[in-house]
Amino acid sequence: MKQSKNLLAGKRDTLISFGIVIVAFIVVQIMIMTGNISSSLKGQLVPICAYIVMAVSLNLTVGILGELSLGHAGFMSVGAFAGIVATTSLAETIPAAPLRLAIAMVIGAVCAAIAGVIVGVPVLRLKGDYLAIVTLAFGEIIKNIVGVLYIGRDSSGLHFSLIEQKFELAEGGKMIINGPMGVSGVTKISSFTAGFVLILITLFIILNLVHSRTGRAIMSVRDNKIAAESIGISVTRYKLLAFVISAAFAGMAGTLYAMNFSTVTAAKFDFNTSILILVFVVLGGLGNIWGSIIAAALLTVLPELLRAVNDYRMLIYAILLIVMMIFNNSGVKERLMEKRAARRAAKQVSKEGL
Amino acid sequence: MTFLSYLISGISLGSVYAIIALGYTMVYGIAKMLNFAHGDVIMVGAYISFCTTSYLGLSPLVSVLLAIVVCTVLGIVIERLAYKPLRQAPALAVLITAIGVSYFLQNAALLIWGSSSKTFSSVVGDWSIKLFNDQLTITGVTIVTVLACVVIMVALTLFTTKTKLGTAMRAVSEDKGAAQLMGISVNSTISLTFAIGSGLAAIAGVLLCSAYPMLMPTTGSMPGIKAFTAAVFGGIGSIPGAMIGGILLGIIEIFAKAYISTQLSDAVVFAVLIVVLLVKPDGLLGKRVSEKV
Repeated sequence: MKQSKNLLAGKRDTLISFGIVIVAFIVVQIMIMTGNISSSLKGQLVPICAYIVMAVSLNLTVGILGELSLGHAGFMSVGAFAGIVATTSLAETIPAAPLRLAIAMVIGAVCAAIAGVIVGVPVLRLKGDYLAIVTLAFGEIIKNIVGVLYIGRDSSGLHFSLIEQKFELAEGGKMIINGPMGVSGVTKISSFTAGFVLILITLFIILNLVHSRTGRAIMSVRDNKIAAESIGISVTRYKLLAFVISAAFAGMAGTLYAMNFSTVTAAKFDFNTSILILVFVVLGGLGNIWGSIIAAALLTVLPELLRAVNDYRMLIYAILLIVMMIFNNSGVKERLMEKRAARRAAKQVSKEGL
Repeated sequence: MTFLSYLISGISLGSVYAIIALGYTMVYGIAKMLNFAHGDVIMVGAYISFCTTSYLGLSPLVSVLLAIVVCTVLGIVIERLAYKPLRQAPALAVLITAIGVSYFLQNAALLIWGSSSKTFSSVVGDWSIKLFNDQLTITGVTIVTVLACVVIMVALTLFTTKTKLGTAMRAVSEDKGAAQLMGISVNSTISLTFAIGSGLAAIAGVLLCSAYPMLMPTTGSMPGIKAFTAAVFGGIGSIPGAMIGGILLGIIEIFAKAYISTQLSDAVVFAVLIVVLLVKPDGLLGKRVSEKV
C-alpha cells in the first residue's frame, strides 16, 4: 500500500516536472513566433536552460544525497572549456552544428565526470562542514587552473601548457584557450531548442534515478548513514555515484552555456555562480526537482522584468535564504502546522456538536 | 635577502590570517558551526574604520576602537537573529543560513559603499625599519600586525584558562548539556564568543587593509575562507593552533606567489587544506574526538 503510494507520488513529480518544461517551451516558442518577446529575454533563454540543468543536478547532491557542495560551478567550468575545445577541433570534421554540440556536450560531461571522481573520492570521505569547504576549495582550484591553461591547435594536433604559453603553433594554428584571457571568438551553436532537449534528458535520467532502487539507497544514506550501512548499502559507492552524475550534468550545462557566448573566461564560473545555483536549489525546495526548475527560471527572468529592484536583488535573495532556513528548521513551521490542525479539529468538533 | 623579505611578508599576512582564524576557531569550537559570514565582518570593520577616518576625520586609533565596537555588536546581532533559532537544526541548514548572512553583508555593503574599491590609508602610518644597509625593509604595518597577533593570542589563552567566563566557554564547547547543568548560561556564552570573534575580525580587517589597501565589499570573503583553512590546519578549537596554522598558511601563500605563480597561489593554499583534511583531519594541534552513534 505504502509503496504504491510512493510510486504514485514519484509519477506525479515526474509529470509535473515534464509538464512545466514542455508547456514553458511551447509558450516561449509561440512568443518567439508572434514576436512578443523582448530581446533581453531572448538572450537569456539559453542561460536559463543551463541554470535549470545546473539547479536540477545540484539538487541531486544537496537535496537527494544531503551533502552541501559549494563548488558546482567548477564542474560547469570543466564542461564549458572541454566543450569549447571539442567544438573547435571538430569544426571541419562535423559541419552540422546540432550534432557537434551534442558531441561536445558528451565530451564536456565525460570530462566533468572525471573531475567529479577526482574531487569526489577524497571529498566524500569527509563530513558536513568540512565536506562543504573542501568542495569550495576544489571549485577555486579548478577556476585557478583553468585560468592559467593554454591550449592551442595546429596541423600536428592539440598543444597544452600551464602558467605560460610554452608551445609554438605551426603556420595556420589557432589558440583555443588563452590563459587568463579565456576563450574568444567561439562560434555560438547553442540554441533554445538544444537547451530544451538537454533539460528533458536531464529530467528523464535524474527523475528515473531518484525514483529507482538506487535513488532510494542514496536517500537512505542522506537520512541515516549508519542505518543505511547496517542494512548493507555501500555508503561511499552511492555517495560517489550521485556526486559524479551531478558533476556530469553540470558539465553538459557548462557546454551549453559556453556555446552561447563568444567570449568565456574561467573567472565566470566562480564561487558566486556556485552560490547562485545553491540559492535556486534552496528556494525551489531541497529535494524537489520541479521546484528547482521554477526557481532557476523565475529568478533569472525576474530581475529583467523588475528593473527597479535590480540593485536589491542579491540582498533580497540573501534575506529569503535566511528566512526560509529559519522558517523550515526552527520549529516555527511545526507550531503553525499544529495551530492549523488544532483549528481544524475545533471546527470538526463544533460541526459534529451541531 | 629576497627570501628573507618574502618570509617576513608571509609572517605578516599569516598574522592577519591567525587573528581571523582565532575568531573562527572559537566560534566553531563552541557553536559547532562554520560561520561563513566571519570574513564579511572583517570587511565591515575595515569600512567602518575607513569611513570614520576619511569622512569624519577621527584619529586612526579611535576609528579602530569604533570598528571593534560596531563589529562586536554586529556579531551578537547576527548570532541572535540568524543562528540562535537554528540551534537544533541540521548542519546543512545552519551552513546555508551562514552563507545567506555572508551574502547579505556583502550586498548590503555593495548598496551602502558601492562596488568601486576604496583606497584604505594605513592606520599605522607610513614608517619602516631598514636593516642590513637598506637591503631589507620591514614596514610598520608588519611589525604592528605581528605584535597584535601575539598579544591577542596570549590574552585569549589567559582569558580561556584563567577567568571564570573563559572556563565557562571551554565547558560549553565540550558539552553543552553538562555545562547547562552546572549553571552556565549556554546562550550568553555563545553570544560572548561571537562578540569576541567579531571584535577580533574588526582588528584583522583594519590590519589587512593597512597592508593591502584595496577595500571592496568582497574584500573579506577570500581571507575569511583562507583563515578557516588556517584554523583547520592548526586544529579547530585550539588557540595556539590557529596562530601556527595562520602564520604557516601566510608563508605558504607568499612563497607560492613568489616562486610558483601569482594566479596559482590560491590553488596552492586550498590544496594544503585538502591534504591536511585527508591526512590529519584534526590539524596540527587538534584533539581527536571519536564519533558516537
